[in-house]
Amino acid sequence: MSGPTMERAGAAPDRDPAKGASAGSPGPGPQPGSVRLGLGMRIAELAQRQGALVLLIVLCAVASVVFPSFATGANLSSIAVQASFMAVVALGMTFVILGGGIDLSVGSVFALGGVLAAWASQYGFVPALLVPLAVCGFIGLVQGLIIAKGGLAPFIVTLAGLLFARGLLLFITDEGTTTYKVPEGSAFLQLAQGELLGVGYSVWLLVVLFAIGALVLHRTSYGTTVLAIGGQEDAAELMGLPVVRTKVITYLVNGLLAGLGGALIASYTSSGVTVLGVGMELEVISAVVLGGTLLTGGAGTILGTLVGALLLQVIKNVINQVGSLNSNWQAVVSGTILLMVVSIQSYLARSRRG
Amino acid sequence: MTEETTVADDDVSGPGTLRPPGAAPLVQVRGATKSFGGVQALRGVDLTLLPGEIHALVGENGAGKSTLIKVLTGVYAPDGGEFRYGGEPVRFARPADAQRAGISTIYQEVNLVPLLSVARNIYLGREPRTRWGTVDVGAMNRRAAQLVGDLGIDVDVTGELGRLGLGAQQMVALARAVSVESRVVIMDEPTSSLEPAEVETLFGVARNLRRSGTALVFVSHRLDELWQLCDRVTVLRDGHHVHTGPMAELDRVTLVSHMLGKDASEVGAQGVTEFAGKHRHGDAPVLDASGIAVRSRLSDVALQVRPGEVVGLGGLLGSGRSETVKAIYGDLPVESGRVSVAGRNLRAGSVRHALKAGVALLSEDRKAEGIIPDLSVRDNIALAVLPRMARGGIVVESRIDALVETFMTRLKIKAADTGQKVRELSGGNQQKVLIARWLCTEPTVFLLDEPTRGIDVGAKQEVQALIDELAGHGLAVVLISSEMEELVEGADRVVVLHAGRVEAELSGSELSHSRLLTALAGESADPADDGQPAGDDGQPTDGAGQPADGSGPSAGTGQPTAAVRTAAKEEEDGRG
Ligand SMILES: Nc1ncnc2c1ncn2[C@@H]1O[C@H](COP(=O)(O)OP(=O)(O)OP(=O)(O)O)[C@@H](O)[C@H]1O
Ligand SMILES: [Mg+2]
Repeated sequence: MSGPTMERAGAAPDRDPAKGASAGSPGPGPQPGSVRLGLGMRIAELAQRQGALVLLIVLCAVASVVFPSFATGANLSSIAVQASFMAVVALGMTFVILGGGIDLSVGSVFALGGVLAAWASQYGFVPALLVPLAVCGFIGLVQGLIIAKGGLAPFIVTLAGLLFARGLLLFITDEGTTTYKVPEGSAFLQLAQGELLGVGYSVWLLVVLFAIGALVLHRTSYGTTVLAIGGQEDAAELMGLPVVRTKVITYLVNGLLAGLGGALIASYTSSGVTVLGVGMELEVISAVVLGGTLLTGGAGTILGTLVGALLLQVIKNVINQVGSLNSNWQAVVSGTILLMVVSIQSYLARSRRG
Repeated sequence: MTEETTVADDDVSGPGTLRPPGAAPLVQVRGATKSFGGVQALRGVDLTLLPGEIHALVGENGAGKSTLIKVLTGVYAPDGGEFRYGGEPVRFARPADAQRAGISTIYQEVNLVPLLSVARNIYLGREPRTRWGTVDVGAMNRRAAQLVGDLGIDVDVTGELGRLGLGAQQMVALARAVSVESRVVIMDEPTSSLEPAEVETLFGVARNLRRSGTALVFVSHRLDELWQLCDRVTVLRDGHHVHTGPMAELDRVTLVSHMLGKDASEVGAQGVTEFAGKHRHGDAPVLDASGIAVRSRLSDVALQVRPGEVVGLGGLLGSGRSETVKAIYGDLPVESGRVSVAGRNLRAGSVRHALKAGVALLSEDRKAEGIIPDLSVRDNIALAVLPRMARGGIVVESRIDALVETFMTRLKIKAADTGQKVRELSGGNQQKVLIARWLCTEPTVFLLDEPTRGIDVGAKQEVQALIDELAGHGLAVVLISSEMEELVEGADRVVVLHAGRVEAELSGSELSHSRLLTALAGESADPADDGQPAGDDGQPTDGAGQPADGSGPSAGTGQPTAAVRTAAKEEEDGRG
């Protein structure tokens, strides 16, 4: 509890690994020692930022050797499609967390989006997509306004949002007894079941959304403002950045993306499954943190989140391959890996700083 | 209140202004009031800013300077008062509005985002765009590099801001403030962490702005700076407006008497610092550090301090002073080196161990490393002594209260009561709280990194007197200060660092203002000596600076003179 060590722990900045080596411009005739250290720094930085990526590659490599059915096109594309529902939600969550917030409502909102999509699909493709987006976006907007303008804690506000969305879902499904079906032959089914060049539409959509997300984070002032708010909110305010507007947009988009994820799963399962999304918010947060985003905000990457989401899905898939293992193991393994990755990240961040 | 001078329409042109007499004021504040709960921070303050003037805003810690700046620029809503900008009545609802109207402010403490790059920080909210409307990162980095280069600081603008020393961060804040054209530039203690060279740069920037008709507000507790730079001055005391007038018409004693509310005769003709002079000290060093190397920051730094001795650490921005004390304290991963306290070796990299051995560090960046803003004044002070104040795990409240009371009075900490949150104190009072915290621990070795940063004249002298007193009790003190007077008058010995190495050591009669200046500039040779100094490897770098080249500072310089020897040399000569 001594004062000077009470720095904010685990500053894992979003930096080019190459720069670690060149920080402190090379003096005349750098000693060999400094070169070696530079390389060590690079590896440490890489491991810290891309720990999940390394793990994903290792896991995939091992799984393809051990399970012949793992590396088949069918299995890999099913992993991608199934990861896409959660990954879409994790994209929005990345911005929320980067901005120093949290959103616990996404699991419920996701399920609500699915049910609304299934219900609206009887009126055609466009309503099936727009209704969940409108309702879920509205929930996100309201939460954002309360958090940004009212100054209430995101944890509490979105916990209320979680309960609200779940309640609304139960209301429109008669306590969960009504399951809306997507009409057979509806174009809406193509959204998650159709393919282009052997890759599911939902995966294409995911790739596009993440590309846009990365662009927004690194190349727009909205993105930088999110990072500034998460890094030092007082300073962002004093610098005259639009703090309130940025927060509202972030929660709004997060609601939209949760709704979109729900619509995708409704299309995938051809129905509005009412029991989905329970505890999903935690899985989504795990994906974001695994991807190297600081839970306290201010630093992280979009690509990391994609890797984190894929990693969680691959773990699920591998455990399913081991026929003898109960699927509850998946939670145990995911939790262990999360703990490992985060410990390594914070250890590396601490040894690097100063 | 008392001897207020009316300035509204008089000709008040100060030195160096090209402004025509009677120019219309840019900013006019009349009777501004602001209270926080029970604390009345402003009680009717006036401020008039004319185009092309540099206006000093002075007063003791907690007088209301920062609050005035914040109500003017829309951070706080004022309770009352009249605010005019360019003749029109205004109330800015938020800082963004004030900025848009052309008021650029550097708030007290560095208010930037440590995790973002230097360039991002400079251009946050006004990034250059590509024709697609996205942020033009290339152009942003280029312009930022140009901007900081013009300010004479050598930093990698794509690197994280948080890795820079506080002084470099202050210069980045300056770069941000001047990167847009403004009609008013407000600087709340911009020089508190700056070295003489950077201060000069900042003054240059300020004078250029003045020449182009900008109005500037300058807050500083380093009073000498005011006469060098400012045209007029406004003095606040306890939230009251006390005086406004031309800077040149005031002398130091009068100014201080305005600030303190005492008679000029009471203020008296004291020295610049309160240091009494040299200390008597023991022979065997209690702190003995040698061969300390920190990756790309320090190489082979040695430092010995005897009980009762005050050793100053001098050096320019990025010379490695803060790193040296941090390494001793175990707060920085060291590559090699040995630190012992009273003969016992410290475990490298362990703050706990250092604390147990009696080492205390008052760190430079109180915001990041020291203060816990949401805890009370009392808890912040008592934090470090809690373990010792406990009997069988139960904290004895009355003992803590007594201790806290003592330091509150001694250091004149201005707070509503001991339960007030530290974040609500003025900048200088936060610093005093930190000093009090470490004093409570009764350390044997006290490492002080800029202890008087941002605190007012009165308290500064009190802290200086305290340092003397501590040394008198046999404490070993390491003192880092960017104020030369403090080093010259306060320290028995000054070790000068340059680019992460010990460059020189001054003591006794060598320890003078001019000698120190020469040593600081990295000129380790006697002025009479012809050649260029050896340690001169160009610009000092920022906190992440590299060590000097492989050859030692003394290589190639011929004989080190008697006046300035490298510490390594002194070691070879063998003391005694
Ligand atoms: N947010 C706040 N809440 C409560 N009290 C405050 C707050 N901000 C300032 N104060 C009080 O207002 C008074 C004036 O503070 P201010 O920060 O303006 O002083 P200052 O003149 O800038 O001092 P310094 O030289 O130490 O920076 C102080 O007594 C301080 O405790
Ligand atoms: Mg202040």
